[in-house]
Amino acid sequence: MNEALGYIFSLGFVYSILRVTTPILFATLGSVVAERAGTPNIALEAIMLFSALGGALGSGLTGSLWLGFLIAIASGLLITVMLAFFSLRLKADIILAGIALNLLGVGGTVFIMYTIIHDKGNTSSIATKTFPNLVIPGLNNVPVVGEILSGHNVLTYVAFLMVIVVWMLLFKTRLGLRIRSVGENSKAAESVGIHVERTQWIALLISGFITSLGGAFMSMGYMNGFGQNMVSGRGFIALAAAAMGQLHPVGAMFSALLFGTADAVSNVLAAARIPDELVKMIPYIVTIVGLVIYSVSMDRRKKKRVVRETRELS
Amino acid sequence: MNKVRGFSMHNVRPWLTRNFTIVRLTAAILIGVLFAVVIIFLISDDAGAAISKLFTGALQSKRRFGNVIELMIPLTFAGLSVSVMFKANQFNIGTEGTFYAGGAVAAMIALCVPLPPFIHPLTAILAGGFVGGLICLLVAALKVKWGTSELVTSLMLNYVVYYLFKYIMFTGSGLKDPNSGYISTYKMPEDATLGLMFTGTRIHYGLILMVLAVVLVSIYMHRTKWGYALKLTGENMTFAKYSGISVSGVILASQFIGGLIGGVGGAVQVLGMYERFQWSSLPGYGFDGIIVAILARKNPIFIPVAAFFLAYLRIGSDAMSSSTSVTNEIISIIQSIIILFVSAQVFLDSYRQRMVVREVVDRNE
Repeated sequence: MNEALGYIFSLGFVYSILRVTTPILFATLGSVVAERAGTPNIALEAIMLFSALGGALGSGLTGSLWLGFLIAIASGLLITVMLAFFSLRLKADIILAGIALNLLGVGGTVFIMYTIIHDKGNTSSIATKTFPNLVIPGLNNVPVVGEILSGHNVLTYVAFLMVIVVWMLLFKTRLGLRIRSVGENSKAAESVGIHVERTQWIALLISGFITSLGGAFMSMGYMNGFGQNMVSGRGFIALAAAAMGQLHPVGAMFSALLFGTADAVSNVLAAARIPDELVKMIPYIVTIVGLVIYSVSMDRRKKKRVVRETRELS
Repeated sequence: MNKVRGFSMHNVRPWLTRNFTIVRLTAAILIGVLFAVVIIFLISDDAGAAISKLFTGALQSKRRFGNVIELMIPLTFAGLSVSVMFKANQFNIGTEGTFYAGGAVAAMIALCVPLPPFIHPLTAILAGGFVGGLICLLVAALKVKWGTSELVTSLMLNYVVYYLFKYIMFTGSGLKDPNSGYISTYKMPEDATLGLMFTGTRIHYGLILMVLAVVLVSIYMHRTKWGYALKLTGENMTFAKYSGISVSGVILASQFIGGLIGGVGGAVQVLGMYERFQWSSLPGYGFDGIIVAILARKNPIFIPVAAFFLAYLRIGSDAMSSSTSVTNEIISIIQSIIILFVSAQVFLDSYRQRMVVREVVDRNE
């Protein structure tokens, strides 16, 4: 126990937080972009599973990291296209369509894995290529900071850069303005000539792309290969993180870090002979508590606004 | 073509336009099944055998058909649970957690509380149901009080409930049997479990409880003012509020009832199918319940039909995967395709419009 506590205050632990946050952060940013367009992407879990499998099989069978990466993105986008097609074109409830695709996630990936390499458990029979770790010259020699920030997987850096990219996209580009106006009031957006359906297609595809990066990281960075149900609820945690971050990329990053920390703590405690089940509950409890705190504060703010507005009226 | 129209389609078409959901449902199922057939042809050398196993495997023996009925019982409970909760327009998917909790609590009562026969399983089932109800009530209370997204909370709560009860059953309570050879509790006393109904199968008296649940939920939804308030709340919350319905009350009640049904379903499954509590992972019935509920359009009377259909395909796919190279996960592909098409509002819409136009033309001729 004391050893575990000691580790929690060590630099290695902070390093590991960034590592376990990476897939959650990608999916959270994916959720932010989709929700901003008024099209909640519930299928994050399935998108990550399919892109993780695509990356593992693609790189393992072709022997090329980049081909594997492309196949990972293509697999994730395939699920996204299904979500967009059924909800935007065929007008299915996007939540139901998302749930349907998530139901496909676990079974569908196992089906494909078994069909191609005749294994239902994992892809350990083929050699998956992984993204390299990046030692940042100069930074790696700085004490403390270097130990925490240097030597991460390339995709971890991409994830945190993606926060800036998504922020720029949403708040500094025409497309971002369109996405936000469609999400806030699609009728008003339509009346000023914005093509609502097309904008939502684009937002969902961007969301699917970013989320697929998280899936690719799962099998080509976090782990070396694909395992049955390996995403294990990260897509759902990302939904919570996006809501808690108030759909702002920076807020989303902080809540993703919070869940990443909970995840990292549970990894440490698991090694310290605390019952496995209790440890595994931690990230989910943190998510619920965080979400409740967030909704209480939103609720208060809303009530205050109502009070203020009625006072101004009278 | 006109000959055909003037004769038979004359009577059929108005019925089809009125019941267009049936057309859409049939088309969705056909597409899902066809898709599976195409995939099997693409990947399998013995496609013919695989396809025939998939669609007739469930009828091969008394035991196999028994399996279908056994599986239909939890699927019906789960479908009812999801239907009641979704009917209030709440995407509460806590049924998965309530099944696990209900089963665990029932097993706990069976193991720890000595009671006379008949009363024993009944108490265990009701206790399981009550705990299930509380779980979904918590989700609903957070939603009603502060607007916390019920979808996300219920998803997260499923994991919390699962790990908590798994800990209680297998670690914290001393109920685990170290000599059983697999992860399980001690044997439950026979008086506490549900007996077999038909020899040669494992169909248990839970079947009767299932029928009872279908009848009760149908009465609740279609024959009581609470059911009407539920329908109104689900369809248009603002309107329901202005009609004087306590929307929060309806949501809280419906989520509790939904959770209760899920908990009862889990308890019935554990007491009916097993000698010991042995769920070392989430059983998955909660998510199956979503499929059943959507197929049955949340109508309790159709829930057992949808559950039977799904169970039939599942057992067929098990038969297929045990004798051919096609694995039973293909079912998850069929399922999601069916759900996607069933929930697609404008799927076949132009076809329906053409039918309506023709019907009007027919009438005016």
